[in-house]
Amino acid sequence: MFQLATLKNLIPMIVLIIGVLPASPAEAVEPTPDKQVDVDGGVAPQLLQIDKMIAEVWDAYQINPSKPATDSEWCRRVYLDVVGRIPTADEASSFAADNSNTKKQKLIETLLYDDLYTEEFARNWTTVWTNLLIGRTGGTENRSMINREGMQKFLRDSFARNKPYDKFVHQLISATGTTAPGGEDFNGATNFLIDKVNEENASLATAATTKIFLGLQVQCTQCHNHPFNDWKQQKYWEMNAFFRQARAIGQGMQSGMGNVATLTDRDFAGENGNSPDEAEVYYEMRNGLVAVAYPVFVDGTEIDRSGYVSQTNRRTALADLTVKSPYFAKSIVNRMWAHFLGYGFTSPADDLGPHNVPTHPALLDYLGQEFQSNEHDLRQLISWIVLSKPYGLSSRQNKSNVSDDPLLGEPPKFSHFYLRQMQAEQLYESLMATTAGVQRSGSYAEQERVKNEWLQQFNTAFGTDEGGEATSFNGTIPQVLMMFNGDMIKSATSVAQGGLIDTIVRAPMSNAQKVETLFWKGLGRKPKAAELSLAKTLINTNGGNFAEGLRDMWWVILNTNEFIFIH
Amino acid sequence: MNRKTPRGMNRRHFMSHLAGASALTGTALALGQTLRANAQEMQRNQKAAILLWMGGGPSSIDLWDMKPGANTGGPFRPISTNGDVQICEHLPMMAQNMDKMSIVRSMSTREADHMRGRYYMHTGYVPNPNVKHPSYGSVIAHQLGTQRPELEIPAFISVGGESEGPGFLGMAYSPFSVNSSGRVRNLNLGISPDRMASRMQALKLMENDFIDQRRGIAANEHAKVLGKTLSLMTSSQMEAFRVEKEPTDVKERYGDTNFGRGCLMARRLVEAGVPFVEVNLGGWDNHQNIFNTLENQKLPELDRGMSALLEDLAQRGMLDSTAVMWMGEFGRTPNINGNTGRDHWARSWSVLAGGAGMKPGVAIGQTNEDGTRVQGQSYSSEDLMATVCKSLDIDLETTFTSTSGRPMKIANSGKLIEGLI
Repeated sequence: MFQLATLKNLIPMIVLIIGVLPASPAEAVEPTPDKQVDVDGGVAPQLLQIDKMIAEVWDAYQINPSKPATDSEWCRRVYLDVVGRIPTADEASSFAADNSNTKKQKLIETLLYDDLYTEEFARNWTTVWTNLLIGRTGGTENRSMINREGMQKFLRDSFARNKPYDKFVHQLISATGTTAPGGEDFNGATNFLIDKVNEENASLATAATTKIFLGLQVQCTQCHNHPFNDWKQQKYWEMNAFFRQARAIGQGMQSGMGNVATLTDRDFAGENGNSPDEAEVYYEMRNGLVAVAYPVFVDGTEIDRSGYVSQTNRRTALADLTVKSPYFAKSIVNRMWAHFLGYGFTSPADDLGPHNVPTHPALLDYLGQEFQSNEHDLRQLISWIVLSKPYGLSSRQNKSNVSDDPLLGEPPKFSHFYLRQMQAEQLYESLMATTAGVQRSGSYAEQERVKNEWLQQFNTAFGTDEGGEATSFNGTIPQVLMMFNGDMIKSATSVAQGGLIDTIVRAPMSNAQKVETLFWKGLGRKPKAAELSLAKTLINTNGGNFAEGLRDMWWVILNTNEFIFIH
Repeated sequence: MNRKTPRGMNRRHFMSHLAGASALTGTALALGQTLRANAQEMQRNQKAAILLWMGGGPSSIDLWDMKPGANTGGPFRPISTNGDVQICEHLPMMAQNMDKMSIVRSMSTREADHMRGRYYMHTGYVPNPNVKHPSYGSVIAHQLGTQRPELEIPAFISVGGESEGPGFLGMAYSPFSVNSSGRVRNLNLGISPDRMASRMQALKLMENDFIDQRRGIAANEHAKVLGKTLSLMTSSQMEAFRVEKEPTDVKERYGDTNFGRGCLMARRLVEAGVPFVEVNLGGWDNHQNIFNTLENQKLPELDRGMSALLEDLAQRGMLDSTAVMWMGEFGRTPNINGNTGRDHWARSWSVLAGGAGMKPGVAIGQTNEDGTRVQGQSYSSEDLMATVCKSLDIDLETTFTSTSGRPMKIANSGKLIEGLI
């Protein structure tokens, strides 16, 4: 599992010491002047607008924003949020040493567009979207038709090529073909709906599609009118009608391929079976009366009622309508904002219903429109968010913005960065990055298998008709037990030959520099004087054994709140 | 499971290495709450609650509130019990134990969605984007667990499932989740206790440094969980999880199933002083083929485990101080659907409650001839919570100041269920 360090891996460390370590001890405290310029010298209008509209709310509440985050903090945040791991010691220290005032711009452009990072970028967003579309437990249960590998292949490809978001979603909604890579007609996108269309008259498909891509939670209205707004049951069933041609056909497990299934569309003759030209859906209202529904989009747009696929492919029609909806653009903006800032403009971030008023409605609308007119380019959206002022603020609160804390039940004002814990996948990738360099052994599939095995220990599926799952990687005792005593941590802190500790001990640098290396690796910053003393103490309690002392220091670093929190 | 006891060092000595690490040890109360609880009362007899959680929403009309004459009644017949009620013929062992539990047949709630129903039945509150309410277990862990300084393992334990979280009470009151085998992963220290203590000392310093930088409550919560984890790792009370140590005949009586083992573990945990244990039995979301599923899978497992637990608690004299509850997110439709199943139904359904001095053997309230409506007074999640809290001598006037500054009564001002308490 862990790549043995070779001479190759020693070189970056030597380069680090010779050329790249910053000389100034004050580095850790002074942030770069906050000026985001693009390479042509102008500032992107979207950045100006974000900063302006966020600041308006600060003024309205009379709070002052926190000061900017330090370079180390900002750099660590960006790596975790964009490529899903902490920066290596090399990456962190070279960012810190860079004195240009366009370094933030340069870093984000590198992570988004440089070939060196394409694979990691794609892997990170594949993880995020796999969890969203099929869940952490999707495809792991016996009766499932989902082929996880197939899903991830589609996602990886989409993110590596920066496929426009509207095309991406259109494919997911209207996909036909088979689920497993290697099969004929393979279309990884089919894995989104494959487990959601057969049961319960496609209720899962209806709920998931509207929630994930439109930010509209219609599942309550399956049985009764919405409790908080004036959506009626009719609306749910009209959306549900779009899925009635879809059919999933399972072909079981096949060797070398995993779950194989086919997603297809068949002629629908209406629920009574004999009206294919006006193919209707029935539902029962609370008062016992039966009502009828035809496909109508959330904004009231009706489509042809024919159930013949050759006449009207309902899922394709739904996909066409979805990607043009203003909810479409707003919901992805909200979701991405929540990914980077910890909270969206609504709570929850995937509920844009009329009862849920956004904290910054004009900004959400503006960004939605900008996203739409910039070809639904996700990387562009990421750069607007990452280079914005709110994303660059420190998580240290001041007297005036202590009250700005969603954990206290307040809607967020983004006047300081909000602490949040890493996800299990980010922890895994971060540990991989520290111990094995960024290159890993084994094929991609093999690496994923090992990783998924480790991740499964945290996940449980609820096994109800709503899907639903829970993770125990949420800051509780089992997680801490794993960080204290788990095999992966034991491995990471081992003094065995060729491992991280051994490599550092044998490097040609001073003991102080060796301790420093651990801090750059784990926390992306220089150690403080008190922390160097701490390391000395740990070495002493190990009877002067330097390697064992470093081992304890590394264990401590990995177990701190500073390590596990994105701050 | 080979848990290393700090050899040659008793627990107190080990923990003293961390003297002064107030953020890491002790049971510091969560931020932002006040309570006026009756501490003396509770110390006298160690009260506890066991929640048998039936994930998916179990049918009441086929188990506890039979309607043999109606067209909603289904194929099961009622049988008599040693209480004043009749229950399903496929729960014969429970029929011998209805002198210990009562059936509240008059539950009527409004959440028929799994996630919302789960949240509501676990907290007594409807989901709200601005506040995360604490789960039953977290509330009781907070009220009773903090009064038991000798308890070294978590005060809220969930067997075979994750339950709902602690909300504004903070991470320290999260459920500790374990599967029914009782095996807790990653308990092995792997290094000497002395060395662990020295690591913890260093960790404490770095933790506190970060907390002093005032970046938010989450940093403090992390430190508290570190302390709780350490406490658990070094505790001999971990033995309570080891169900396999029970005599064979006891294990057989509970049943060789996850639920059976879970119930047995609950008894052991309560004996060790844990005030709240939740035991999960899922698979009740029977939208199709319900009668087969119930008769051949769910009911035998439920019947054996639950009856064994009640008998065991009674025999050991523990039933008087232990509240036992049985419920799911909601009930199921009296109307049988086209797939021989029943769908979600919250309008009229049943829960069971007993122990801790609650009146056993009766039915509280009733539904109409076909089970579609409650007749007379109906009850909600808050009402059940209030009743159970009262049975555990928890003051219903107890108020939490939720993190949003709003005071919240412990059982959302639920009323006591008449006839039960």
